[in-house]
Amino acid sequence: MAGPEFEVPKLTEYTDVPKIKEGAMAHVKSFPAAEGSQTFLGYPWTLTEDWQERAINKMGDLLGKYRSLRVFMDACVHCGACTDKCHYFLGTADPKNMPVARQDLMRKVYRRYFTLPGKIAPWLVGAEDLTKETLDDWYSYYHQCSECRRCSVFCPYGIDTAEITMAGREILNTVGMGQKYSSEILTKVQKIGNNLGLPGPALEDTLLGLEEDIELDTGVPVKIPLDVKGAEILLITPSADFFSEPHVESLIGYAKVFHAAGASWTLSTHASEAGNFGLFNGNYEVMKTVAMRIRDAALELGVKRIIVGECGHAWRVAYSFWNTLTGIGYGGNDPFSIELQSQLDSRYPQPMHICEYTWDLIEKGTLKFDKSLNDDRVITFHDSCNVARGSRMGDEPGGQFTIPRNIIRAVANNFYDMAPETIGEATFCCGGGGGVLTDDLIEVRVKGALPRMNAFNNVVQNNGVNFLGLICAICKAQFTKVIPYYGFDRSMVGGVHQLVSTAIKLD
Amino acid sequence: MTTLTLFYIGLYYFAAIVLIGGVAYRIAEYSRTPAPLKIPTTPAPTTNSGVAMRMAREVVLFESLFKSNKWIWVFGWMFHVGLAMVLLRHVRYFQEPMWFVVEFVQPYGKYASFAMVAGLLGLWARRFLVDRVRYISTPSDHLMLALLIGIGASGMMMTFVSHTDIVALKGFALGLVTFDWQPLPNDGPLLVHLSLVALLMIIFPVSKLLHAPGIFFSPTRNQADNPRETRLIAPWAAAAERK
Repeated sequence: MAGPEFEVPKLTEYTDVPKIKEGAMAHVKSFPAAEGSQTFLGYPWTLTEDWQERAINKMGDLLGKYRSLRVFMDACVHCGACTDKCHYFLGTADPKNMPVARQDLMRKVYRRYFTLPGKIAPWLVGAEDLTKETLDDWYSYYHQCSECRRCSVFCPYGIDTAEITMAGREILNTVGMGQKYSSEILTKVQKIGNNLGLPGPALEDTLLGLEEDIELDTGVPVKIPLDVKGAEILLITPSADFFSEPHVESLIGYAKVFHAAGASWTLSTHASEAGNFGLFNGNYEVMKTVAMRIRDAALELGVKRIIVGECGHAWRVAYSFWNTLTGIGYGGNDPFSIELQSQLDSRYPQPMHICEYTWDLIEKGTLKFDKSLNDDRVITFHDSCNVARGSRMGDEPGGQFTIPRNIIRAVANNFYDMAPETIGEATFCCGGGGGVLTDDLIEVRVKGALPRMNAFNNVVQNNGVNFLGLICAICKAQFTKVIPYYGFDRSMVGGVHQLVSTAIKLD
Repeated sequence: MTTLTLFYIGLYYFAAIVLIGGVAYRIAEYSRTPAPLKIPTTPAPTTNSGVAMRMAREVVLFESLFKSNKWIWVFGWMFHVGLAMVLLRHVRYFQEPMWFVVEFVQPYGKYASFAMVAGLLGLWARRFLVDRVRYISTPSDHLMLALLIGIGASGMMMTFVSHTDIVALKGFALGLVTFDWQPLPNDGPLLVHLSLVALLMIIFPVSKLLHAPGIFFSPTRNQADNPRETRLIAPWAAAAERK
């Protein structure tokens, strides 16, 4: 690995709030999207001549469609409560990475074109014309936000910068300033079925290989079925689970859980991706199109239950949006919803998180573990942002925090939480979520990981922690890449179901 | 009836119309704009009554701000509670006889003005002293604080330093609401106070003061966490679905 072309922040006991350094991250520019993928998604791929008009029109369109954007543009009082809450600000000191300043990049344009004081006295209220420089700023700083919603926890009005970043990216796409990484992923998932562009036959081959590995390892013929019609459970999991390390260890864990429970389950080639980058770009239609693959697969295979693997933003989309977008859930009284609802088993929540499923089996006593098999591990757990602040598990608010920890405690003996102000609803993003998990943003990713790395380092030093337990494909990929910059070994990163996999007793 | 009185009568009817009409327009706009997706910041209440409780804690106690920053919370809460008591105290100018709560709050409301202005000064100090807050402050942020402090200070002048003709003032105020117009005392601090209040009323619907109605429409705070049980669909999304 070539040395970084930037200074890796030093680990400290607490994450101090830095003095602002204007322009510290202004040079960051994610690679622009090219013609192929942008054309497929229906966007221009170079700056259009009428960019200003298009951008303002799009902003007006979004203001009319999203109450969040409309209210958040007006409600901010510049109190400053959010200014020290963003991991990217804490890691970079660039003031435009303070949530309020990131919002103001759009708010100043909103005020200029959509409010009376901004039209008559722009200098007074911080309103500004939309210039090419502003768009460049948007491009830079809306790709230094992982849409993790930490700011929204601390805002007295609940202003969620993620909503503004999403709208900003949609406007950028509309004028021909798309981002390569997200654009290509959204194209691959629609054309091939998953974000990694892994075609059906390759997937089948991979799964057969994994089955052999498990049998060699355990002596038990655990299956990983694909496209089985009439299976009870459809597992939707991030495609990284199929061949990335350490992701695949969790996939093996799910398979062992299903095996131990005697469940009838299947994966789907058509819906071989839980991730939905449509979330990150503020385009409802794209997010819906991507999510519809799961509905189609569920109907096609005739499954009764839909379970989602370890993936943060995918779980947010599944838990919070699938019912709206695809009718996967309950309470719909339209033909579209009823068609699917009548097929699903109403004794279970739909969709269900793999952790909910596993914990339920543990509580029932269905699964047996030898906890000592995890004794070489001293474990901590990182709450993924989208799971923590954009979803739930179980019946009670906060189940998304207790259930994964309960599972870890049920399968391992050594568990320590990181500092309370860095977990739960206040968890720090891994630094790679929201469409920034790309090498051209490595500086943003490394610096953005600082608050989490500080908290992790504390439990490493004080409690001997050597395993960072995760339930998100992006977190896994991000930490594997980033923790070596901070002097840790990438083998410390792993999934919760990897721990389950290690300790579970199979017959 | 002097020109001065006529001017203030006109000003206050204008300000009241702008305030009520403007805020009503904004509320209509917020209501009309759909929230197409479930985006409560979780953990969130799973029921509507839970949401009402969460909103009440947010509005009365500034729960999120308390989690966020104790200084802003102290100053912000002092200001808002002070303002609420002062406003309640001012209801006496528009009632005869007075509601018992208004009567009860009189002595406290008087001193609440100190909390109000102290809170505002604290918030203003942060705009100079904290580099992050200095960076985000616009001229209007400073002017808004100046305006509120001006209102508080001119009011306190009359309460604690040079009293105005309170009986005549009440006559004027009651006259405004009963359309039986009475002369306004020609008194410096009073005129400053009334002008600044009218200005505040007029800019309310086009300024960041919209955070007051806005909080109630904030989807991250006013939605219940029940997306698996109920299907939310915006009219524009449903229309696209039927196509």
